[in-house]
Amino acid sequence: MKRRIAFRSARLVDPASGLDVKGGLLVENGRIADIGPRLFNDAEPNDPEVIDCRGLVLAPGLIDARVFTGEPGAEHRESLESASAAAAAGGVTSMIVMPNTNPMIDEPSLVDFILRRAAATAKVRVLPTAALTKGLLGETMTEIGLLKEAGAVAFTDGDRSVANARVLRRALAYAATFDALVLAHAEDPELVKGASATEGEFATRLGLPAAPAIAEAMIVERDIRLVELTGARVHFAQISTRASLEAIAGAKARGLPVTCGAAAHHLTLNELDVGPYYTFRKVSPPLRSEADRVAMVEGVASGVIDLIVSSHEPQGADTKRQPYASAAAGTVGLETLLPAALTLVHDGGASLSQVLATMTVAPARIFRLPTGSLAIGAPADLVLLDENEPFVVEADKLRSRSRNTAFEGRKFQGRARMTFIGGECVFDAR
Amino acid sequence: MPRLLPGAISPALMTSTDAMPILPSKHLLGIDGLSPVHIVALLDLAETYVVQGRAADKKTALLRGRTLINLFFEASTRTQSSFELAGKRLGADVMNMSVRTSSVSKGETLLDTAATLNAMRPDILVVRHQDAGAAELLSRKLDCSVINAGDGAHEHPTQALLDALTIRRHRGSFEGLIVAICGDVLHSRVARANIRLLSMMGAQVRLVAPRTLLPAQADRFGVEIYTDMRDGLAGADIVMMLRLQLERMAGAFVPSTREYFRFYGLDRDKLKHAKPGALVMHPGPMNRGVEIASDIADDVQISLISEQVEMGVAIRMAILDALSQVLA
Repeated sequence: MKRRIAFRSARLVDPASGLDVKGGLLVENGRIADIGPRLFNDAEPNDPEVIDCRGLVLAPGLIDARVFTGEPGAEHRESLESASAAAAAGGVTSMIVMPNTNPMIDEPSLVDFILRRAAATAKVRVLPTAALTKGLLGETMTEIGLLKEAGAVAFTDGDRSVANARVLRRALAYAATFDALVLAHAEDPELVKGASATEGEFATRLGLPAAPAIAEAMIVERDIRLVELTGARVHFAQISTRASLEAIAGAKARGLPVTCGAAAHHLTLNELDVGPYYTFRKVSPPLRSEADRVAMVEGVASGVIDLIVSSHEPQGADTKRQPYASAAAGTVGLETLLPAALTLVHDGGASLSQVLATMTVAPARIFRLPTGSLAIGAPADLVLLDENEPFVVEADKLRSRSRNTAFEGRKFQGRARMTFIGGECVFDAR
Repeated sequence: MPRLLPGAISPALMTSTDAMPILPSKHLLGIDGLSPVHIVALLDLAETYVVQGRAADKKTALLRGRTLINLFFEASTRTQSSFELAGKRLGADVMNMSVRTSSVSKGETLLDTAATLNAMRPDILVVRHQDAGAAELLSRKLDCSVINAGDGAHEHPTQALLDALTIRRHRGSFEGLIVAICGDVLHSRVARANIRLLSMMGAQVRLVAPRTLLPAQADRFGVEIYTDMRDGLAGADIVMMLRLQLERMAGAFVPSTREYFRFYGLDRDKLKHAKPGALVMHPGPMNRGVEIASDIADDVQISLISEQVEMGVAIRMAILDALSQVLA
């Protein structure tokens, strides 16, 4: 028997098709079976399950392209299960998880482990990335072909740049052989060594060890040259400066297969938010100047920035309750990704469709996923969201096992109310 | 014993105007510099040495009194022994200079070694060196004939010629043949020499390798480039596998031998994409389970690997014969 769920009276927003219309959506056996402005308008549909959306936005479930968990190896900070609960509550239906675990995901059997653990424990889809170099050491490339066959959706050293250009050149050429996507982290490792803030007046006043913002654009520019040489598809996982943005805009204009993302916190916070050594706002790369933050918002509006990501990075009291320079970088973000991104809509920086595109159709295209749209036949990964509901972020109410949010006390407008994976409700706050 | 082009007259009767030596120079430095006429003549001559090599009496006195020196700066089994045997079967005095036991290991430069050897008045020097251009350098400094037995990633003409001889014996001609050269093209002099020769003779050459093992602008050689082996083998008449050097397996150019074998190792599954009856070649020495599966390497129905070794002796005898005509 077919399992049918009818969504009625929704504002259907599908950035993949440009759709933004009131109407209904029918899910059959986990897939979108019908969608349209007149669907279920007049009468109650004759289906057992009806969800009255009451005018809220029904959009494709979000794809968060940069998530760190603690599984395997640091489950006390975050397991795939706890991360997936946070994701579901944030409207995130697919998490692309980074390989920086213990052990690191640099072996086909470990990709398989992540997929099996996710299938057994996670509420949302978990898409593993694998290391680009063995042990994330930046020395020798991993088995990209076998890892891709095992299910890795991209290759990256996560929060590390490959310092050696010769190693990266060969890794990119090899990745191009398999048409594999490489996620680049753009920070010159030597320039940022020991730094915990962006070099400038503010860091100088606080006396923090700091690195110049160009440490990012230098690597972006180097990597773009290597893309030109090797033909590899490279996605800069998160950029945070205008210089990087301009370099990527130039590369795109030249037709190079380059894309980029920006973290929600780099769109909504600047270096002054570090305030009195607030370690939960220590992130990597560090918060930037207001001018760079504004550039990131412009980048989303112009489309140069393809993705908004959470860069969800759970840390415990052991790693965060430290003097600023000694504290670990990272903020949790799965539950605040959508609210933080919606800030751009409310501030007039970008349209709702533009902002949702960065978390739906754009990551689906870059990572070649079947999700991310409301197309008929697509998996029914859906988020029902209220884009206006105001709330205050309270760290102790987060579902993530770690509470290190950079947004503690922040007032946001708009969040997920229901989340569906393949037609199954995994989160319901109505 | 025929030593000249079919139809040519014997040396004793030759005049300067109708002399038609098989090779254009007293050196054989590469396939570059040869024309299809030279190549066909060498292959024809080599056929006679195949016959001689299979006879009970394999020896002639053609090079009697001549001195051939094998100067190998890189380890080699088959090329060096093949030249040694070819020289001996033609009656030459053959000396093997192994670098490990020579003054080169004491810091002597290549040209000083050359000068020393020159003073010994050899007639033919067979040289293998790790640097591209080494044979050419020696040819300019020595009085004798120089045969390039492999210089860096540049040329290996005797290998390409023995491969051509092997192919021609099975396929009759080269015109329209699809030859897929698979593996470490980047570092391979065998590949470069074969590309030059086979393209010149009218074969369609394909290169199949991960991008890390393809040289820049390889498409300028007039070859087709493939990174997927199944695509690259589709419809191929000849599959020529290249050796993956051990030091290149551990992550610098490919991540591991198991991944290399999975995507670029020749096994039954990949070979079935080639033309039915396709033949497999390998210059040796093989890495079984890395670039080639054992059951293919050992299948006498499709593997020409042993025959390549036999043709190696024959073609080198033909080359020595041809050079001796120029030397005279």
